[in-house]
Amino acid sequence: MTGAYLDHAATTPLRPEARAAVDEVLDAPAGNPSGQHAWARAARRRLDDARDKVADLLEVAPGEVVWTSGGTEADDLAITGVLAALGGRPACPAVEHHAVLGPVARAGGEVLPVDEAGRVDLDALDRLLDDDPTVRLVSVALANNELGTLIDLEAVAAVVRRARPGRARVLLHTDAVAAAPWVDLAGAARSADLLSISGHKLGGLAGSGVLVVRAGTPLQAVLPGGGQERERRGGTPALAAAVALAAAARAAAAARPEAIPRLATWRDRLVAGVLARAGEGVRPTVARDVSTLPGLAHLSVRDVPAEVLLVALDERGVAASPGSSCASGAARPSHVVAAIGVDDPWRRGSLRLSLGWCTTEADVQRAIDVVGAAIAELQRATAGAGR
Amino acid sequence: MKVLAMMSGGVDSSVAAALLRDEGHDVVGVTLKLWGGASDSGCCSVSDVDDARRAADALGLVHHVFDLSDDFTRHVVAPYAADHRAGRTPNPCIECNRHLKFAAVLERASLLGFDAVATGHHARVAPGPGGRRRIARGADVAKDQSYVLHVLGQQELARTLLPLGTLTKPEVRRRAAALGLRTATKPDSQDVCFITRTSGRRAFLGERIELTPGRVVDVDGATLGEVAAVELVTVGQRRGLGLAGGSAPRYVLDVDLPTATVTVGEQGDLLVAQQRVAELRWSDGVVGGALLAQCSAHGAPRPVTVEEDGEGGALLRWARPERRVAPGQSVVLYEGDEVVAGARAC
Repeated sequence: MTGAYLDHAATTPLRPEARAAVDEVLDAPAGNPSGQHAWARAARRRLDDARDKVADLLEVAPGEVVWTSGGTEADDLAITGVLAALGGRPACPAVEHHAVLGPVARAGGEVLPVDEAGRVDLDALDRLLDDDPTVRLVSVALANNELGTLIDLEAVAAVVRRARPGRARVLLHTDAVAAAPWVDLAGAARSADLLSISGHKLGGLAGSGVLVVRAGTPLQAVLPGGGQERERRGGTPALAAAVALAAAARAAAAARPEAIPRLATWRDRLVAGVLARAGEGVRPTVARDVSTLPGLAHLSVRDVPAEVLLVALDERGVAASPGSSCASGAARPSHVVAAIGVDDPWRRGSLRLSLGWCTTEADVQRAIDVVGAAIAELQRATAGAGR
Repeated sequence: MKVLAMMSGGVDSSVAAALLRDEGHDVVGVTLKLWGGASDSGCCSVSDVDDARRAADALGLVHHVFDLSDDFTRHVVAPYAADHRAGRTPNPCIECNRHLKFAAVLERASLLGFDAVATGHHARVAPGPGGRRRIARGADVAKDQSYVLHVLGQQELARTLLPLGTLTKPEVRRRAAALGLRTATKPDSQDVCFITRTSGRRAFLGERIELTPGRVVDVDGATLGEVAAVELVTVGQRRGLGLAGGSAPRYVLDVDLPTATVTVGEQGDLLVAQQRVAELRWSDGVVGGALLAQCSAHGAPRPVTVEEDGEGGALLRWARPERRVAPGQSVVLYEGDEVVAGARAC
């Protein structure tokens, strides 16, 4: 592939540190961590070393780290597993990832309104918890995966934990999948009872994830299997993917002080450059003063469906995303964009450009030229077609 | 030429894309996501998108997916239900061609700088004088799909390629096999793509319109039986009326929705000397003289003369008496093998 890859929020290349960790596992003798011999012990040690690394980064105990097959499984285990143990229903904002919306809907959960940047309405959450004792779990993403909006999780936790006399405790889960590469998760892990991350968004391998389950959180396995992961997640853990996740998470954390200001600057330059070239037919979807992930830009394009724009960008060697996509590969108007109240003629033209750990300044310049020109061209053609 | 080839995942459209590629065109494949609901018979499911993607991969083509499900609901599914409610017989494939494949997709193709769109329909675009064009029958008479393409006007025809028009279906399958396409032996899609074979038309419509039980009577008004939903009965229909066998086959002559009455009779009672049509549209200007009219997707063409009524419709006079056409059904007029007009039966 040649061109500028600006879809790091969908998945990001394997970091060299993660590759080295994977290679080590692949070169090592086979061993099932659950076995009772030297081979098993060696594998177990690698798995627990990786667990320790993740625990250190999140400032939690190693026993609170549960390996899963990815962010989706981690979210599902948090919601389905807690409710299986506690009973009751979940609640989440309307802008959550489908990995959360799916299990919330299946459990008959409540969906909460958000503001124009995708932040959960805390008053609505407070009222819901006052009015409805059946809500036992609230799930709020630390950062929205489409818009990049960061959430004040401490404020959410304060509402969830507010003393409500005579009421059972309500638990808080946070999907930190989108935030993980860019945010120190120790604070979120203190605020929440459960926290999900995914390996491939960090520069590890797809097919790996972690659910942090804070001590004292009731949880029943969704996949009981052979009782692995202290009976919270059955099945033999994917050792190579787990060590890659741990190595990638550590590398991401080490790079943050330098990467965050650089990517934020490049992102701002990207947005300004596209706006300058495409004129009034494009606008940032969330206001400038909203706190967002550093490398993510979400734009709304007038009158041009995202699908058409993405084909044009693809032809010109720029990888971007409509923010959401369905199983068939088509781009649907996003539920996130609908929830924050973006109307026609902007609603169908969602464009997410996401920078990552290996993005170069040349990628950003190319994206400015290509995206700006493509939007301007398509809008001229649309206007010419009389639509 | 830069061509956007619509690929349904079936054998026809895959081979059509391959033929264009082999002619040296710059071909990009696109699959339309049209229907979010369940489907087991048509061309819109995730598994069909997967088939199309793999076919494009095998052919070395870039492949995209366009989600046109909102347009499809608005222009195809809703009118399909509304037609049934009004007692008309719809043809959703024609509406899909009119509003989706040769409208929304063609528009997107133009925006993206494509010179033409292509499909795997068995039909031809026949050149005429002065750069004019007509849809013409495909080489495989049994598979001919010119009927459902009658809605294409000059604007659309100028930017449409139908590479399968000169091939028979066995030739298409041989080419697919030679290309190593795994869809070479995939069965043809059939029926209405958004209605599942398992639950059927009745369940689908029952969720969208009120279905009215009705009486089945003979031409003298004597009650012969009952039907569960008059909206599902079509003029010309013989089966599914729940009538006792033994006597000569009985056909639906008329469906009267206000009184929920289905009148049946013998085949001869269906024959009429003339047929009124509405929404007459000539694809390349008025053509006089004797023409041929085809009244269903694979019906036989019959000689006819056309008298326009000055109100957008016409009276078709059959050379010999023909069966009455179900109201709503498309009537397509041909000069020889070429489509010259389309209309809807009144």
